[in-house]
Formats: sequence, C-alpha cells, structure tokens
Amino acid sequence: MAPITFLEAIRQAMFEEMAADPRVVLIGEDVGVYGGAFKTSEGLLEKFGWERVIDTPISESAIIGAACGMSYLGLRPIAEMQFIDFIACCFNQLTNFVAKGHYLWNAPAPIVVRGPAGGGVHGGPFHSLNPEMYFLHTPGFKIVYPSTPYDAKGLLKSSIRDNNPVLFFEHKFLYRRIKEEIPSGDYTVPLGKAIVRREGRNLTILSYAAMMHTSLEAAEALAKEGIEAEVIDLRTLMPLDEETILASVKRTNKCLVVHEDTKTGGIAAEISAMLFEKAFHDLDGPLVRVASLDTPVPYAPTLEEAFLPNAQKVFAAARELAKF
Amino acid sequence: MPVAQTPINAKPQKLSRLQYLDLYYYMRLNREVEETMTRLFRQNKIVGGLYSSLGQEAVSVGTAYALEKRDWMAPMIRNIGALLVKGVPPRDIFTQHMAKYTSPTKGKDGTSHFGDLENLHIVSPISMLGDLIPVMTGVAMAGRYLGQRIVAMTWIGDGGSSTGVFHEGLNLAASQKAALVLVLENNLWAYSTPVRRQVPIENLADRAKAYGVSSYVVDGNDVVAVYRTAKEAVDRARSGEGPVLIEAKTFRRHGHAQHDPAEYVPKEQRAHWEKRDPIALFEEFLGKERLLNAKEKKEIESKINVLLENEREFAENSPLPPPETAAEGVYCTGPECHDIQPKWERPIDELLPPKSCVDPVWTVEGFGRGSSSRGSTAPIHFGDVPAAASREKPAALPDREPHLFVKPAKKPSPPKLARKKSAKKGAR
Repeated sequence: MAPITFLEAIRQAMFEEMAADPRVVLIGEDVGVYGGAFKTSEGLLEKFGWERVIDTPISESAIIGAACGMSYLGLRPIAEMQFIDFIACCFNQLTNFVAKGHYLWNAPAPIVVRGPAGGGVHGGPFHSLNPEMYFLHTPGFKIVYPSTPYDAKGLLKSSIRDNNPVLFFEHKFLYRRIKEEIPSGDYTVPLGKAIVRREGRNLTILSYAAMMHTSLEAAEALAKEGIEAEVIDLRTLMPLDEETILASVKRTNKCLVVHEDTKTGGIAAEISAMLFEKAFHDLDGPLVRVASLDTPVPYAPTLEEAFLPNAQKVFAAARELAKF
Repeated sequence: MPVAQTPINAKPQKLSRLQYLDLYYYMRLNREVEETMTRLFRQNKIVGGLYSSLGQEAVSVGTAYALEKRDWMAPMIRNIGALLVKGVPPRDIFTQHMAKYTSPTKGKDGTSHFGDLENLHIVSPISMLGDLIPVMTGVAMAGRYLGQRIVAMTWIGDGGSSTGVFHEGLNLAASQKAALVLVLENNLWAYSTPVRRQVPIENLADRAKAYGVSSYVVDGNDVVAVYRTAKEAVDRARSGEGPVLIEAKTFRRHGHAQHDPAEYVPKEQRAHWEKRDPIALFEEFLGKERLLNAKEKKEIESKINVLLENEREFAENSPLPPPETAAEGVYCTGPECHDIQPKWERPIDELLPPKSCVDPVWTVEGFGRGSSSRGSTAPIHFGDVPAAASREKPAALPDREPHLFVKPAKKPSPPKLARKKSAKKGAR
C-alpha cells in the first residue's frame, strides 16, 4: 500500500465507518458538495447522499444540537467544526447539554466532534487554537489528539464506535506533511492508551499531536549528546493513560511535558499534579514544561515561531533536566 | 383570537366528547400536581426551586395532546402538563423535585429535568434556553432518515426566543424542512422583564417569517384552540412541510419561581388574566355544551386525588440517593451500559451497500479533482430532492386516541434503598 497522508487517514476512517454502518452520518459546514474545507470528506456525499452528509448553515450550536438529537434516535453523528476554533461558538451546547446527559438522565450521546486544530501554519489567532483543556475540565468528554496517520484512522474509528461524546482534534500542520503506510482493511486504536514512540532511560518526554514530532526530533539531538530520552505519545488526553506515564517515569525518574497548548492550565499542569500524587518518590528532578506562550496565537511568522515550542526549546529544556 | 397567521382550517376538526374530557382531566391533573408540590415546598420537602405554570396549563396540555405516542418532545420547566400527557406518572415529578433516589435521574437533577429516550421519547430540558431547538431538529432529522415519520415538539418562552441558539435552531430546522413544532409560550414575562422590554414586535410569531417558517398565534388560555392549532401544526410538520411555530399568548400568574412574589406585575394585568383562568374557561365551555356534569366532575376530581395521594406518598417515602452514587455514571461504559440501536422503519437495503439516495441535480465540468471523485464531471447533490423514504405522502394517521384518563396506577411502593449499584434502566 502506498503511504497516505494524515488527511487521507481521516477521510478513510469516516468513509469506512459510514460504509459499514448506516448509523454513521456526517454534519457540518461545507462537508458535502465541497468535501470539507480541508477535503477530509471528499467523495462522501457522492457515496452516501445528502441524508448522511449534511451541509448546514454557519451555526455551530445548531450543528452540535442536531448531532446530539440524532444520536438520541440511535445514530452516530460526526460533527465537523470547519476550524476547531469555532467550537467556542457551541461551548454551551457541548458542556451543558452533551457532556452532562449520561450522568444526569442516562442519555448517552455517541457523537464525535472533530476538526482541524493547532498552529504553525500562520492561521492567526482564530484559526490556530488548541482547545483541549477547555473540555478536559468538563466531565463527560473523551478527548483524542493523534499524531500519525495510522493513529488518526484507528482512533477516529474507535471514537465513532464509542458511546460517549468524543472530541477529536486533528492537527492541521500534520494534515499533508506526514505520510505513513497503514494496513489495508479495518483496524482500530483503543482510546485511552498512550504509546512509547522512542525508548530511553534518562528522561521521559510526554507529548501529543504535532509536538510529538518535535519531541522526537529533539530526542534525536539529545541522543547525540548521550542523553537517551523516552518519548511517549499520549494520543488520548481523556482518559489519560496514567499507567504508561507512571511506568516510564518510575524508570527514568525525570519528566518533561511538551505541548502546543498555552502553558498555564495546560495538560502538563494536570500531569504534574498526577505525578506528585502518584510518583513523588520516583522524581529526581522538577517536572519541566515546554509549551506555548500565554498569549493568543500571533499571526506574523516571527511572532508565531516565538510563540510555539520547537525542537531547540525542547532540547534545551531536556538538557537542563538531565543534569539533575 | 385565535389569530392564525396561516389560517386554520375553516372547518375545525371536531373533538370527541372523550377527547374534551381528556383535555379537562390533564389540565386539572397539571394544576393539582403543582398544588401538591406547593404544599410540599411549604413543608420544606422540595430540595430546590419550584416553578409554577399556574394559568398556563392549556398551553402544555393542548399542545402535547396533539402528539402521537411515537412522537418526541422536549419540555421547558413550566410544561409539567406536557409531561403528564405524554405519560409521565406524577410520582416522577414529585421524586424529581424532592431529589429522591427513585426519581428518573436518581437525584442527579431536579424539577422537570429528566427524559426517557426508550419509551416515552422525552428529551430532558436544560436551563440554557433554546438549546433544545436544534436538538429536537436533530431528532426530527434522524426520524426522517430512519423512516419513522415522527414529529418533534419543543417549547420556548418569550424570553428564550431572544437567545442565539433559538435562531440557529429554527433556521436549521427550516433549511432541513425538519418535522419540528416549536411552541412559543408567550407568558408576557421573562423573570421580571416584560415582553415589551425584550422584543419590539407585537407577535413573537413574526420571528418565524424571517426563516420561512409557518406560524400561528393562538389564545393560550383556550385549550381547544391550542389543541386544534397544535394538531394542525403537527399534521403539517409530519406531512413534510417543514417546521411550524405556534405562539400561544398567555400569562405567568406566579413569579419566576416560588421565591419571587412578582410585585413588578401591574395589578390590572394580573386581574385581567385571573379572570381568564384556562380551567375555569374550559369548565364553562364544557357545561354549556353539556359535555360534563357535576357528577362526572366529582369523579374526575376524586380520581386525581386518589392518584396524587398515592404518588405523593411514594415520593415522600422514597430515600435520598446514597452518597457513593455521586461518582457514578459520567461515562457510558459500553454496550452492557447502553446498547444503542436505532429503530429502522425503512428497508435497510436502501442504505446497504451505501449508495447515494438522491439523483444528482446537475453536473459541473471539472469539479472534484480529488482521488475519490469520479472524474471530470462530478455529480452535484444539493439536497433539494426528497429522500426516497419521504417521497410518498404519509398515510393519514388516526387522531390521538382518548386516554380515557390515565389508568389508576397500582399503588406503588418505594423500593428499599439498594446499597449496591443497581442495574441501568433498560438498554435502548
């Protein structure tokens, strides 16, 4: 099989799930005739028809509301945000209605909300968001943020089959930049399982999405200095795979978290607290965070570069941590 | 009144005597349930707030009575009457307000915030007004896709009609031609703000025009007019005409909730509407038409009294939820928790193997260059061709059968508080 892009992996996952299961429908802005702003749903309308590939007005609350209502009759809607930044427009619908349904009135909402997230493509302050932490703080969601085409396809399939609302973030920097050969035919990647991308004994680097590739790049540079970093791809932020994280930190005794989300209140803070609770005696150094600046995502290339973490920043932070 | 923006059929459909009595029964039940709860509130047995629909019973009962069993509804907090008509037993309403473990939400939420996806087809309300409009639009869309020919009904107030999601939802419903009936219950007050300070138009139903949605204005204190209007709206929505909005003009006789004496309401306004009590008006009508005599009225009253006495007792004797259940139930754990299967009422072979269910309406040279497109002339589906499932006109459905009142409930006994995790309610 020829290697496929991250984008194609998303498209294949939706296509295959829709082909196998008539309960799966897609709803969003320009997902039909146009095939999605990034062409993730290209060809779906032709194959599945307008009842299952639904173009909507520019109304994010209505998209989420309708997806939720459809799920109550047993469908499994995928709701697309054209850019994930617009998820803020349906924040109420998601956090107050969708997320609370199962706990409050025994009403699961098996919907997937997916869309392009993340920066590094000069999208500016309204097309570069990493929104995961707004929702991590709301009980009721599962949150997925993959870093490879293989994972993107397998995790999206698992998300569609899950009975809970899943927020599925796709880093748009990766859409066309990485290619990977993936197995033909159906496979899934389970939600809530991290994966060790690179083994190492000196320190643990936790990351996900585009920053996972940045972390691997930094790890290669560190290896040349004799520092063997273990790089773990979290893949799912909720539920978080504490077992894999703790197993690694208990061996390396040092932990660095790299995320593209802004620093304050990022997942690193949550992981830090978790490590203090569960691995306090295993830590030989401070928990180090490499994250974006606490600002909106700036537009100019020079500013965005300063805003985002990169391999040099990870390398420098890891080298300091390794000294402990 | 009623002032039909889209004229109601010249010959209004005649109700059977039993249907008239049904409407009467449910309005009385609605009022008595709320009066029972007012007494419980004064005895400090209601955990949170209590929101009264006194004087608005005709809207809840008359609209919900137009729905079939298969139809879906999502009420607001002042639509207890609609819940009762749909088949919710009063004990569910009592236990909800008293936060009992026997309540539909097992004490996780109060008031009328509960639903039933499996049997009664009720979507739980939330406090953020308007959110249910797109949700019920989705219900209607899914129903059409599954071939179910259902109608989805939800309610909104004069206050809630100013939320953004009201407009997003109504517009989506209109653009999808979804079988949605939206009842805009204009009770003249959003908490302490009169409708005139919220909306600078006479009829809130005019808002529907902006979305190409048919609408009615009806006297919300005339239960027969409300029912007839709702029935017509439901029939039109079901036949594929798209959403319909009904503005029911009424008045909120109590404050926003029990704590609010509503001193901001002008005395003349209150007096005017107190003279137009929907139950008194309907009793007058029933008497004049010789549909209800004193003996029957007594019978209905005692039926309600016995029922509510049992239901209240059940609720009062029920336990509060055990504290350890607070941590349970955020996530569905899988098919053993909920086996989610739709009820297909169209041949599934229309859908499997998948093929486009609409013919292309035009083709565009050179459109769709992607690997998945068919080539240089991709067919364009625009969604304006009706789906196969809804091509045929639905057969006329029978009018709603009279309930002949609800069956006298067997005297329920509250279960012993189970300490171990009880099984989930039936899978759906």
